[in-house]
Amino acid sequence: MFKRSTGDKIFDTFLYTFLILLSLAFLYPFWKVLVMAFNEANDTSLGGALLWPRKFTLQNFKVVLQNHQIYSSYLITISRTVLGTATTVIATALFAYGLSKKKLMFRNFYLTLCFITLFFSGGLIPSVINMRDLGLANNFLVYIVPAMYGVMAMIIMKSFFNSLPASLEESAMIDGANDFVIFFKIVFPSSMPVIATIALMSAVGQWNAWIDAYIFISKESLMPVQLLLQRVIQSSNAASEIVKIVPNDEILSRRVTPYSLQLATLVVAIGPIILIYPFFQRFFVKGFLIGAVKE
Amino acid sequence: MTKGMSGLERLQQAEAAHRPVHRESLLSRFKEGCRRFKAQLPLQGMVLPGIVWLIIFCYVPMYGIIIAFKDFRITEGFFAGPWVGLKHFDAFFSDPFALKAITNTLIISALKLVFGFPAPIIFALLLNEVRSLMFKRVAQTVSYLPFFISWVVMVSLMQTILSLDGPLNSLLMQLGLIHQRISFLAQPELFRAIAVLSDLWKGIGWGSIIYLAAISSIPQDMYESAYMDGANRFQRIIHITIPSIMPTIVILLILSVSGILGSNFEQHFLLGNKMVSETAETIDTYVFRTGIQAGRYSYATAIGLACSIVSFFLLISADRIARLMTKGEKGLF
Repeated sequence: MFKRSTGDKIFDTFLYTFLILLSLAFLYPFWKVLVMAFNEANDTSLGGALLWPRKFTLQNFKVVLQNHQIYSSYLITISRTVLGTATTVIATALFAYGLSKKKLMFRNFYLTLCFITLFFSGGLIPSVINMRDLGLANNFLVYIVPAMYGVMAMIIMKSFFNSLPASLEESAMIDGANDFVIFFKIVFPSSMPVIATIALMSAVGQWNAWIDAYIFISKESLMPVQLLLQRVIQSSNAASEIVKIVPNDEILSRRVTPYSLQLATLVVAIGPIILIYPFFQRFFVKGFLIGAVKE
Repeated sequence: MTKGMSGLERLQQAEAAHRPVHRESLLSRFKEGCRRFKAQLPLQGMVLPGIVWLIIFCYVPMYGIIIAFKDFRITEGFFAGPWVGLKHFDAFFSDPFALKAITNTLIISALKLVFGFPAPIIFALLLNEVRSLMFKRVAQTVSYLPFFISWVVMVSLMQTILSLDGPLNSLLMQLGLIHQRISFLAQPELFRAIAVLSDLWKGIGWGSIIYLAAISSIPQDMYESAYMDGANRFQRIIHITIPSIMPTIVILLILSVSGILGSNFEQHFLLGNKMVSETAETIDTYVFRTGIQAGRYSYATAIGLACSIVSFFLLISADRIARLMTKGEKGLF
């Protein structure tokens, strides 16, 4: 459309070079971790494996995935992600559907209760004390129940439900179906774009969360992978921390080091997200924009 | 019969006819309400669990703020414990560690505002200049990647890149910029730069989405007519693109300004080891350490409350200033 001057061409060259370098800066740390996780531990400690594993091995992953603690943590992470996302989506969608009906009695009161929480909160300490009092410490439910409803998610869903054509529900209402049936048979399936957005946001949040576990969980059987990683990176001596998880003689006999195991754990923890996010990011972007516009 | 009556009379008669109904209306309206409520029981059943959840998980903690004015002990509830007035607030303002935490928070937030806030805008403007759709999409997708990882993973990556024998040290050594390997994460004077840069790395791509959306809604013919008038590329950016996304910029700036008393808790908590705590400790981490880890619940709640009150007023004043500067057009509320 526009004619390009010489200045434009020079600018374009700089632009593309800069963006390529920037993209590499985003990717390289991940690549470096991947390279070292697939490299033999003793070779990694010599340094210099920058772009490609020099001595390829799966040993680090074998040790990590056979280890009892990491295995059970991974199960906890997966179950909190699946269960937490399912509960959040269904509970919040029902909540939003009910609130989207103008005929709902006390609707304004309910909505006011919701909006106030966007501006005021009890803050960290009272919330923690409250959850402890509710018996959520060392309880798997601490991952599920406090995250069950989200007011922002409710607002996004509510505006989507309101934008659905009324005729969609009317035919079912004539048949005398009750609201739950209408919701699950008609409204929920027609709202897949917004449901997917909320579900993915919740799933990423669940997968990455560690503070809740850090505060409330001391039982090792309930620890998610992120907390395990947090312990490793924050202890003054990472080696001693990972040795607690993987016994020392195992490290000696299997040609792995605490550091190589940390990297393999890291790959296991971020692998699923990195593999799926390029396909799902458009849902995130869409939902993020709906939320931003509503604000 | 009604023909000869004036409007007023007719009204009075109508009112009289309705009065007996009104007299028993309280009871009948209540009954009518109950009937309506019963009829929409399924709908109420969808909403009420959420309301109960809100009360338990949002409103009970709000009520729990009163422990900032009490001496709370963990064995007792929010109700117990003697009232102590503003004791904890006095203690907060004379606590040297708290003052240090406030200073650190303000410095880091100011740096993040100055460097971190414009970065996504510049990134969006640059991406918008890319003509190849494919290239643009790939660059965008790659830039979102850091958004999807947790700060725990982020700090692991940083330890890998910034370690003594890590790639950054090797690169700087080879370029001859440093003569001795630096332990980046253990230098208090480097902490702020690392905090700002890592925040920027993690958030720039995601932060640019909203600006790209704003840019994409600018009508193309504005660019075309500017081109006809001889505006070059930079002039088109400065005179069309930037003014068109100004409302978005102003709103996000208001939100950022109101957040300057908050720090990125996860980032500071994970990066802030003992070696760098003199610059890394912020209000959020201080509340966490004194409240959750040292068990001074009332004191930490008081700090949290003081800061959220200040933040609330910052939000309001930032909004006012934005309105004044844009003559009432751009505000949050």
